[in-house]
Amino acid sequence: MKKSIFKNPILPYLLVAPQLIVVTLFFFWPAFDSLRLAIFNVSPFGDRMIFVGLDNFINLLTSPEYYRSVYHSFIFSLGVTFSCISVAMLLAVLVNQKIRGLAFYRSAILWTFGMAPPISGIIWLFIFHPTYGILSYGLAQITAYEFNWLLKGWVALVLVIFAASYAHLGYNVAFFLAALQTIPNSVVEAARVDGAGGLRLFRSITFPLLSPVTFFLFIMNMVFSFFETFGIIHAVTQGGPGDTTTIMVYKAYVDGFVHLRMGLSAAQSVILMALVIFLTVLQFRYAEKKVFY
Amino acid sequence: MKASNSAAPEEKFDWTKVVIHLFLIVAVLLICFPLYYAFVLSTQTMEEVMVTPQKLWPSFHLLENYIKIWNRIHMGQLLFNSAVVALAVSLGKIAISILSAFAIVYFNFRGKQFFFWMIFVTLMLPVPVRIISTYQVISELGWVDTYMGLIIPLIASATATFLFRQFYLTIPDELVDAAKIDGSGPLRFLWSILLPNSGPSIAALFVVMFIYGWNQYLWPLMATNSDKMKVVVVGIASTIPTGTQPPEWNLVMAVAMMALIPPVLVVLFMQRWFMHGLLETEK
Repeated sequence: MKKSIFKNPILPYLLVAPQLIVVTLFFFWPAFDSLRLAIFNVSPFGDRMIFVGLDNFINLLTSPEYYRSVYHSFIFSLGVTFSCISVAMLLAVLVNQKIRGLAFYRSAILWTFGMAPPISGIIWLFIFHPTYGILSYGLAQITAYEFNWLLKGWVALVLVIFAASYAHLGYNVAFFLAALQTIPNSVVEAARVDGAGGLRLFRSITFPLLSPVTFFLFIMNMVFSFFETFGIIHAVTQGGPGDTTTIMVYKAYVDGFVHLRMGLSAAQSVILMALVIFLTVLQFRYAEKKVFY
Repeated sequence: MKASNSAAPEEKFDWTKVVIHLFLIVAVLLICFPLYYAFVLSTQTMEEVMVTPQKLWPSFHLLENYIKIWNRIHMGQLLFNSAVVALAVSLGKIAISILSAFAIVYFNFRGKQFFFWMIFVTLMLPVPVRIISTYQVISELGWVDTYMGLIIPLIASATATFLFRQFYLTIPDELVDAAKIDGSGPLRFLWSILLPNSGPSIAALFVVMFIYGWNQYLWPLMATNSDKMKVVVVGIASTIPTGTQPPEWNLVMAVAMMALIPPVLVVLFMQRWFMHGLLETEK
């Protein structure tokens, strides 16, 4: 806390006003309104709201369809999170070595941070395209198994996991690299003097020192894959084939804006809100402790 | 950081470095291949695209394809809209966050903790969980299909407010005292002392927020309904017709390339700032 401050009865309120207005109008009111909508249904003619209590939640929690979307969401998110973190950690450690051409390597990896998820989705869609895609062509040379994402759910899921991870890789590498650069050289040198070589050094020094940022990225990747990947699903698979790539956010959208079941959709928003609150709280509780050194 | 010239000549030949280079070269090839593939496809005719496997070097139809799709989907308008949204969202977030962080650090006022908490909690309310009601708010305001509707609901930022708050807390108190002795008020202090020193944080946040704004999909999809207000990331999805007609993949890839270039350039040119600022945001 600052000791030296300005005194003014009105100015501080004026300064926080713009952000508070935005936050109230577009964050708090809508969040509160979602809670309200979740306990109402719109009448068949759309002219009035019918109070239904927890019916929407009961509907959801007894529908196998909803559980499938939860299941697919978790497979998808864990797939994206795990592949992003492992690949990014490896790459960041490599581009943090004392070698030539670092600037080139870093740029050639970090640019993916600018990639919009739906665009990544469209490029990967073509790579996986059953008739034209180069990956499908390559696989067809090796095996007779048909990797057709239009027919096989798991291939579609792999496709969207690839697309999402690809769009988020640069972000992960950037954070790992930033964290690696804060590891004091003296620690690494000391370990070297003690005879620790590459892998040993990584296992006993680098990896533990990266644990805070790894945890941070775990949460950020989960939040990303739950909430920011809507565009990939919408632009590429539309949740199909069947419902194998219908993640929770996409289902909430389809129920609300395609099937026009606002109450049901709002109830799903509320569940998603609970999930993101859980993830954020987890992040801050863990981040506060700083137990890693 | 600057390690490239550290390979002193007297060091003996280091095989681990060769392995690292090989690894990185393979990784870079894999990472850049999808982009290259999309670029190559965007220069081919549909006949060339439909031959599997496609030739993996550029053909001669780059200009032809780009001009064709540029005119067909009004690419100029899409890119312009994306630029307006990305710039307004990033600069807006930065501006309102600087003001709130300044108030929170440099003033004592009733409700300060509560306001800070309100801003903080927005971290837990990403667009998808408040989409229906946010849409209703902008339609009440008559902002559907306007820049206001596209931009304003996205410009609150807990991250940026935190970052600036952290940064202001590290500024020595003596500076404030000096400013007071000089007789300059709080706004003067903000403008001529704090802002000039916030350069790196602003630059880092600008990159992150610009990418965030440019790459928005769900909100622009909901908040606009005319082609004139569409942003490019949403526009690209509409170039893939869902009917029986096969998409013109070469043109789709041309749109993808054009939509990618601006954010990727921002990342590449501002890489140094952005890396520097990440260390701060993470705290």
